[in-house]
Amino acid sequence: MKSLVITQAILEQHKLSEEEYKKILEILGREPNWTELGMFSAMWSEHCSYKSSRIHLKKLPTTGPRVVQGPGENAGAVDIGDGLCAVFKMESHNHPSFIEPYQGAATGVGGILRDIFTMGARPIALLNSLRFGGLDNANTRHLLKGVVSGIAGYGNCMGVPTVGGEIVFNDIYALNPLVNVFCLGIARKDKIFLGKAAGVGNPVIYFGSKTGRDGIHGATMASDSFDEQAAQKRPTVQVGDPFTEKLLLEACLELMAGDCLVGIQDMGAAGLTSSACEMASREGTGVELELADVPRREPGMTPYEIMLSESQERMLMVAKAGREDEVIKICRKWDLDVAVIGRVTDTGKVVLKENGQIVAEIPAKALADDGPRYDRPSAPPAYQEMLQSLNYDALPDVKDANATLLELLGAPTIASKRWVYEQYDHMVRTNTMVRPGSDAAVLRVKGTNKALALSVDCNGRYCLLNPYEGAKIAIAECARNLACAGAEPIGVTDCLNFGNPQRPEVMWQFVLAIEGLKDACEALSVPIVSGNVSLYNETNDLSIYPTPMIGMVGLIEAADRTATQWFKQAGDVIILLGRTREDLGGTEYLKIVHHREQGSPPLLNLEDERAVQACTIGLIREGLVQSAHDCSDGGLAVALAECCVSGPNGTVGAVVQLPLDGLRRDALLFGESQSRVVLSVKQEQVDNVLNAARNAGVPASRIGVVGGSRLVIRVDGDQRVAGCTIDLEVTSVQERWALAIPRALGQD
Amino acid sequence: MKAKIHVTLKQGILDPQGKAIEHALDSLGFKNAANVRVGKYMEVDVNETDSAKADAQVKQMCEKLLANTVIEEYRYELQ
Amino acid sequence: MNIGVVVFPGSNCDHDCEYIFKDVLGQSVKMIWHKDTLPAGLDAVVLPGGFSYGDYLRTGAIARFSPVMGAVKTFARDGGLVIGICNGFQILLEAGLLPGVMLRNTSLNFICKDVYVKVENAATRFTNRCESGQVLKIPIAHADGNYYTDPVTLGGIKANAQVIFRYCTAEGKITPEANPNGSLDNIAGIMNADGNVLGMMPHPERSAETLLGNEDGRLIFLSMLSAFGKSEQPSRLVGV
Repeated sequence: MKSLVITQAILEQHKLSEEEYKKILEILGREPNWTELGMFSAMWSEHCSYKSSRIHLKKLPTTGPRVVQGPGENAGAVDIGDGLCAVFKMESHNHPSFIEPYQGAATGVGGILRDIFTMGARPIALLNSLRFGGLDNANTRHLLKGVVSGIAGYGNCMGVPTVGGEIVFNDIYALNPLVNVFCLGIARKDKIFLGKAAGVGNPVIYFGSKTGRDGIHGATMASDSFDEQAAQKRPTVQVGDPFTEKLLLEACLELMAGDCLVGIQDMGAAGLTSSACEMASREGTGVELELADVPRREPGMTPYEIMLSESQERMLMVAKAGREDEVIKICRKWDLDVAVIGRVTDTGKVVLKENGQIVAEIPAKALADDGPRYDRPSAPPAYQEMLQSLNYDALPDVKDANATLLELLGAPTIASKRWVYEQYDHMVRTNTMVRPGSDAAVLRVKGTNKALALSVDCNGRYCLLNPYEGAKIAIAECARNLACAGAEPIGVTDCLNFGNPQRPEVMWQFVLAIEGLKDACEALSVPIVSGNVSLYNETNDLSIYPTPMIGMVGLIEAADRTATQWFKQAGDVIILLGRTREDLGGTEYLKIVHHREQGSPPLLNLEDERAVQACTIGLIREGLVQSAHDCSDGGLAVALAECCVSGPNGTVGAVVQLPLDGLRRDALLFGESQSRVVLSVKQEQVDNVLNAARNAGVPASRIGVVGGSRLVIRVDGDQRVAGCTIDLEVTSVQERWALAIPRALGQD
Repeated sequence: MKAKIHVTLKQGILDPQGKAIEHALDSLGFKNAANVRVGKYMEVDVNETDSAKADAQVKQMCEKLLANTVIEEYRYELQ
Repeated sequence: MNIGVVVFPGSNCDHDCEYIFKDVLGQSVKMIWHKDTLPAGLDAVVLPGGFSYGDYLRTGAIARFSPVMGAVKTFARDGGLVIGICNGFQILLEAGLLPGVMLRNTSLNFICKDVYVKVENAATRFTNRCESGQVLKIPIAHADGNYYTDPVTLGGIKANAQVIFRYCTAEGKITPEANPNGSLDNIAGIMNADGNVLGMMPHPERSAETLLGNEDGRLIFLSMLSAFGKSEQPSRLVGV
């Protein structure tokens, strides 16, 4: 092996610190060569090693009676009965999507799909959480269109429905959009596949697309902050090929149906390097690979390039010795490139050869597990107190509630996302019982009587104002969305998007958010089984809001006992579960109307939350409710409006009367108090529902009736009621809400 | 003047479409077909008689809109 | 009834079609790999939706050369029942089993939503369980569903009652607003002159179960069963 002189400049280029380099020298007992340096650089990047986050992630609750596979594998798996598992994970593709929105988002979808089907699960649903700047910005419109068509282009072609998601528009994300994709698959519990290189002598087989020079150093790029020079990093963009991935999916599932496979992992970030060393490290074995046998798209590729390429749609597997031909036959059937490129060894090392000559030799564990860990300093930002303090007396109360409601409904964060989800095939595989546009998506599980509810959520502004409370609320709200579909939460995946961890204030946000996730998950008895951390989300020194995105899966035991958010029938009675407090801090209302993103986020009492959710689930299971809708962005008035206009079969009005109870009018109408659910129930079930709530210790009040062609919300007990009565034609409410995004894009 | 513009993926960038077409040609018996690359062809009438100015404009059109220069390259003729 | 569902590389509604015929309607279904030929004894062949060959080059353009398509043509020529749904319809057009072509949707976007179609001809082997003029709610999911053909051909298929479904309003009015993709004459589905090959863009398999909230699409499959004097077998699954 040729050694080379490692200069400071080379280390910087590889994002390795001097200390990290010293550790590499210690591990190898010599200087690394170029290929080895590249492999360490990729595996020890923040993206692959979780070096800043790992010590904190350990605090998260990851166990439970249903957990079949927790964090550390390609995805988590949770038992749903009938011998089946729900396999799911969420992942970010933020940086690539900023550089090239279509391909960045598309390859993000491709990556998460592979994580799911490498586990032996057939993917049945995709969701996504997106964050963009304001739609008045031309570049944001370009990014939104690109990302949406990228997700559509890949997911639709794969035949995996995109059944839900959420999008928030806030200027803080203008130069650092977030593209987080969640995927869920179904696997047989006794047929879960793991990424392990077991059985010395077993063949290591490469299959999928050929290796090109795509995305070399994608992993280190994802661990880098953006600056004006971002454009220069462009050659690293990968192009997705969903057609090949579809073949890869079918080939994998066909291979897995037999018994020739020992372990399998997809080549995601850090490509062949990460799959090879992680598979060996998990099993305590080694692998020896012959790089000349790796299928290549371009001539003259160096070992460095082959090992660090992030070409998409590639897999690495270990098969049983002597069964190579079976594997090759199935891969060929699906027109995929396939090659035996090495063997499992007992050396504990990843040994790479090129035409028989050793070109790299590194202990697998050193790359995969023994990377640096940092307990980075954390401290609250200087501006934190200023952010949280807000003098509400200086803010005028609502003067024209009609106008305010319409303004909120027209805000892109609240407005209908139909323009987006109509571009996604959300019905393929014929499981989608509740389509996008309700609190949670609901899919039946074929071959059983069950259904799964899925939701993704996070309010980054709450997390900015109070990372602990914000993270708690993200879990609570996600679970509440599931409860509104009648589903009991059974597992969580997270995608933790934060700024630069080398800034103490970012670490402070991160550490507190982890605490919040932990406490909320424990209170709601739901484990976190998989996840992803995306740091360095900052551009020109400006960090995004801390955004710990949550994806949650809920189980519905009887598929036909579920609910949707929209009102069903005139004459039904509207009941509010939960208590309205003066929770104005961090609300969408404060941002849109008063242009402030300040205050303390709404108070969340986890006991109350648990009770409201249990009560809601119980009522839906009993078949007592016609609709259930979570109260969130925009508060009660917006929730009621959504109940009137979001149904697939047209609009319906409602007449509501709310007691003021000494609150500000804006807090009553637009405040975002937690643990509230809007129900509609048949007249004859009202007493049953109110009794059930009382027995569960959940505040419940009858607030109105469904029907008519107007949305009327009157506020009682206030002298100045005139300005705070909402009285609008539902069709005009619907128009504002439905057309806001297409209008902003010039596509109405 | 008329600009005839060809936009293709940069060398080294994966061309999934080209790959699938190449494979189909092979199954149809065109065994000598290789390296299929799919691109776009556009014609634009530029209302400009000065060829240097027209050239500058077409270049701008390509840079700004017609080609996605992150992954595509372009060439054109002006007549 | 014996159904064959053809699986092209990139087909993704193949399992959905299998599920409807086998699990919901209780019929016998064989999945047929595109490199194979059709087995003997089939009553009907389904070309399912999806993105055969990634929709690369043109939708259906590469799939029409798949080895199985020779057998499908023979099967159709001999009077076998063939239904192409979405990408299957696009393949039938490229293969020349049905007249016309598909263009990009006028919005240029992929569109997935419920639409209404009017049954223009209920005297076919695919629609005998519908009323003439009946309005069905069936979802679409495609980027290239903008049907086009030359005026002479259009005149011919209209005169011959080969236009089976047209996009309409919920009330059954054929209007430009009810046309989701710019399709010529609001055409959503057509049949060949012999009446044994149907192509349609909407996905009836996605709207054939109560649990999914809509059973309109089931009428098309039930019609195919009726054409063979068969009826659906009670499903062994609860909730479908």
